[in-house]
Amino acid sequence: MRIMVNGSAREVEADTLAAALEALGHGGAAVATAHNEVFVPAAARAETRLAPGDRIEILAPMQGG
Amino acid sequence: MVTFYDTEVASRLMLGTAQYPSPAILAEAFRRSGAGIATVSLRREAAGGDGGAFWELVRRLGVRLLPNTAGCHSAREAVTTARMAREVFGTSWIKLEVIGHADTLQPDPWGLVEAARELCADGFDVFPYTTEDLVLAEKLLDAGCRVLMPWGAPIGTGLGLANRYGLRSLRAQFPEVPMVVDAGLGRPSQAAEAMEMGFDAVLLNTAVAKACDPAMMAEGFARAIEAGRLGYEAGMMEPRDMAAPSTPLIGKAFL
Repeated sequence: MRIMVNGSAREVEADTLAAALEALGHGGAAVATAHNEVFVPAAARAETRLAPGDRIEILAPMQGG
Repeated sequence: MVTFYDTEVASRLMLGTAQYPSPAILAEAFRRSGAGIATVSLRREAAGGDGGAFWELVRRLGVRLLPNTAGCHSAREAVTTARMAREVFGTSWIKLEVIGHADTLQPDPWGLVEAARELCADGFDVFPYTTEDLVLAEKLLDAGCRVLMPWGAPIGTGLGLANRYGLRSLRAQFPEVPMVVDAGLGRPSQAAEAMEMGFDAVLLNTAVAKACDPAMMAEGFARAIEAGRLGYEAGMMEPRDMAAPSTPLIGKAFL
């Protein structure tokens, strides 16, 4: 299905957030996730169902001031 | 020693991790300065991006992490970012930024208080990036904040302490609240002045990272901060207009 990943449209074969992370190459990485602008803890990713047009954010540690 | 949220930290210098010429220079700046707290952020990760490498680098610094909500322009955005940061960085400390003005990066007071209230209630230890406004400070303390981080000047300007009167008033109004002058400092002397005014610590990034020799500058700031703090604790003399001889007049020869 087509979803928005970090602001870009992506075609992903996954029906949960956890599966989408795997499919997008973030499996096991130190990232935090949000689904339709709501924070999803790592433990809840497997139960978070995706629908076409959903927006997900995948954030990682970066430099900051 | 300075205490933030029941945690004692040896150094009164907090250092940002952005804009350094290289990861090695970043690490050297931390080593030479002895900074005990590093600010970090969360950003969109490209698949195969270098977020993992940065994470490894900051873990090796062996310092306490203070994630920020930089770039957030609403309370909702900042609260969500804070929750994401707590999970990734494994700390309930959060440098809360809710930006209200694009050119000055001045905090949005209303959004800041709203986000602070929600995060404090959710168990976060909030370090709000604020102005020197006394009423805003009071509202942040009422919201549950136990630390305040007033700006010296707008982020990245290097202007120093733009409103000395306001900062002095803030320090005097809330003598028991740990306060960190955050942002706007460009020179070690400005950090020393903040410490002489009785602030508990200083948070820097651009002034160090953009110096010709960041590691040397980090050490320079660390020494200035220590000097300023010693001056504050020692109790400084009051200035006067007329000269007062330091050498005793008694016993001077009549020639």
